[in-house]
Amino acid sequence: MHFNAFDRYHEKESFLHRLDPRVKVLVTVIYIISNALLPDGAWLAFISAWMFLITANLLSQLGIGYTFKRSIIALPFALIAVTVLFSIPGKPVSTFQFLMWDLTITDAGFLRFVSILIRSWLSVQMAILLVAVTRFPDLIHALEHLRVPVILTTIIAFLYRYLFVLTDEVLRLIRARESRSAAVAGNRSGGGVRWRAKVAGNMAGQLFLRSYERSDRIYNAMLSRGYSGHLYTLNPHEMKSSDYFVTAFVIAVIFIVQLIGRL
Amino acid sequence: MPVTHVINSFEMPECDGDVLSVKDLHFSYPDGHAALHGVSLKLCRGDKVALVGPNGAGKSTLMLHLNGILGGRGEIEIAGKRLTRDNLPVIRAMVGLVFQSPDDQLFSPTVFEDVAFGPLHMGLPEIEVRVRVDAALEAVRMSSYKNRLSHHLSAGEKKRIAIATVLSMKPSLLVLDEPSAGLDPRARRTLINLLRELPITMLVSTHDMVLVKELFPRTIVMDEGRVVADGLTHEILDDEELLTAHGLEKP
Amino acid sequence: MHFSPVPLHIPDGFLSIPISIICWAITIITLGIAISRTNKALGEKQVPLMGVMAAFIFAAQMINFPVAGGTSGHLLGGALAAIVLGPWAGMLVMTAVVAVQGLLFQDGGLLVMGANILNMGLVTAAIGYGLYRAVSNQSKAVKLSVAGVAAWLSVMAGALFTALQLWLSGTSQLGIVIPAMLGVHVLIGLGEAFITVAALSFILQTRPDLLGEDSESAKGSRAWVAVGGIIALVVVWLSPLASADPDGLNRVAMDIGFFNTAQTGEGLLAGYTVPFFADAAASKIMAGVIGVIVVGAIIMLIGRGMKAKS
Ligand SMILES: Nc1ncnc2c1ncn2[C@@H]1O[C@H](COP(=O)(O)OP(=O)(O)OP(=O)(O)O)[C@@H](O)[C@H]1O
Ligand SMILES: [Mg+2]
Repeated sequence: MHFNAFDRYHEKESFLHRLDPRVKVLVTVIYIISNALLPDGAWLAFISAWMFLITANLLSQLGIGYTFKRSIIALPFALIAVTVLFSIPGKPVSTFQFLMWDLTITDAGFLRFVSILIRSWLSVQMAILLVAVTRFPDLIHALEHLRVPVILTTIIAFLYRYLFVLTDEVLRLIRARESRSAAVAGNRSGGGVRWRAKVAGNMAGQLFLRSYERSDRIYNAMLSRGYSGHLYTLNPHEMKSSDYFVTAFVIAVIFIVQLIGRL
Repeated sequence: MPVTHVINSFEMPECDGDVLSVKDLHFSYPDGHAALHGVSLKLCRGDKVALVGPNGAGKSTLMLHLNGILGGRGEIEIAGKRLTRDNLPVIRAMVGLVFQSPDDQLFSPTVFEDVAFGPLHMGLPEIEVRVRVDAALEAVRMSSYKNRLSHHLSAGEKKRIAIATVLSMKPSLLVLDEPSAGLDPRARRTLINLLRELPITMLVSTHDMVLVKELFPRTIVMDEGRVVADGLTHEILDDEELLTAHGLEKP
Repeated sequence: MHFSPVPLHIPDGFLSIPISIICWAITIITLGIAISRTNKALGEKQVPLMGVMAAFIFAAQMINFPVAGGTSGHLLGGALAAIVLGPWAGMLVMTAVVAVQGLLFQDGGLLVMGANILNMGLVTAAIGYGLYRAVSNQSKAVKLSVAGVAAWLSVMAGALFTALQLWLSGTSQLGIVIPAMLGVHVLIGLGEAFITVAALSFILQTRPDLLGEDSESAKGSRAWVAVGGIIALVVVWLSPLASADPDGLNRVAMDIGFFNTAQTGEGLLAGYTVPFFADAAASKIMAGVIGVIVVGAIIMLIGRGMKAKS
């Protein structure tokens, strides 16, 4: 695995790519809140929200199914919600036996389960699109503009910069462990679980010390360039008229989606 | 084809250290390890000086003193200004220190932010910062990399950007710690050409004796926290006894 | 492909709006305190230190070790971060990790990020540090074993908090979600404990100064012992109770007004009329107000757009 596996941004010259990152963050958040606010079984509203998403996909020039293909990421968590299928009182739809339980799926339970999945599925796609059309450093600036404390955005910026460096280090450590944990033919390699955990813990400890010392060197590099406890950044973004119009338009659309959901 | 430069026009400088003067510098790390034992040296405007010596000689430690990150006993003057706690910000703007690992030097997500960091923290206005960023990137021939992400750069590119991050502060002295370490031949060649062209006083620590021979008229040899030789590069490289005594090899 | 080491990253859609907001509020207040405290404690070096430490936690979560039957142990890191960096800095570091996992990798949602930070960053750090702090002057063996217990409990606490939030959102049933979450995390927590202890003992061996008397780790307030202890007690007390008698907890929640229709499992403010306004008339008025605000916002934005254009 190479560190590029972590890149989520896709360079394109689309309308969405050019949009101010603040607008993109806001629109994503509003969209996700809107999904959460839609009542169970608001099919028409769900479909409208999906249309909105598809339009955004098209505008991004990444292809109509871009986010769809990557959206299974939240699926495993759906297991958590499975219980609502059986737990909400309503008209029984189907009954079956699972291990020692008799399970009855109710209509209300089914409605709720599907609604949860749809909300989640739509929301995660918008979040996927956000990072596909916005470079992460721009996203960090957007957070700064949106009043996230500088200390947090700075930690996030450092995290982003060094996650590539440090995951490379982890992969080197893991490779070193693998090349040393060869087994004599016919024997199982490695010791017991405790031993393996200890090896992993030593790796974590070693990585910690290296990182700690690295932070010292980085601090020195920052001092050398005039850092004295205060961080200054240039504001590389300016809202254009189209940014305002897009925000207004999206709020209007989302509002309509909400109305549709409540009719 | 390797370029060889004959350097015979060069004489040892006759100045009194108008860019850098270090007098009798002593330093011990907090764990008690004494790393510098009375280091003295002088650099004049336009000097390009190599600092060589075996591992652990104290080269990096000395460099960290030049802009006050470490504070040992002794006297350091940069362009006539005595280094004290009070004028640290001024000194740090005058001494451009580039660390060995570019991953430590480039700590911002994008190239632009990194090159802008120095001028911004010197308190320059935005327009001036942008002008300087462009000029510094131009100087290292990396103008087109302005908006790139730091972690996407190759080792050689990182190295050049690292130099740009201090050039943007317009230092009067450039201090580089092992700039050619870990570069492939082509990136190394590019770097050598770059260093040759930069019209700036520089002190460069290195184990790369070919680089020393090719680029630096003057060489300072350090060992065990002391300056053991300071003179014309070709004379030092001809002194086999000196070289073997301090674990160096003639290129 | 990135993978989340621990199934605690809640995606959007699984928590109700009120629960999301409440979690955000708790998280924001805690982080506000954390920011002002770390500013004082660590000084100007805090920025690169916490930044690189966040990357460290992120990377360390990739370290795994095979346990049995294809499963593997991982590090979540909340307890470890709090023990070595001090509780407040540990919380900020974990916040950055959770934020990047959500923002960049969609490991956890955005609207629910407040909850994810709370569960994986704040609760874990509080427990991990609180229990460790209680014995930080004791012998190495005591410190390490308590750190192990603390790491295990921190994961269990994260799981319990997650389960409670899912239940209060009407996403899962209490009687199932608590035993399920806790059951899964009993083993995950063991991995956490093993790695945390081994990492700490490595650090104690090679750089004892980082955990010594002058370290951030030793300077945290003693009050953390109480905070960590209380959360730990809640976990220890509530988990078996909730698993054995979910109806009891449901009743309690109903009594303090958490549900208006707990039986239907629809969670807070069933039907999602305007939140916090169950009364029909008030709800209508509120809807009107919201409508006016939305229209006003749209007009204002268009106005700004025109201005920016000219
Ligand atoms: N942070 C530190 N704490 C204690 N001792 C240190 C520290 N950094 C360096 N030293 C010691 O100081 C001495 C000088 O180290 P320095 O890094 O300056 O050598 P160097 O000449 O740069 O070597 P190299 O060629 O390997 O880079 C060495 O003996 C080293 O072990
Ligand atoms: Mg060195």
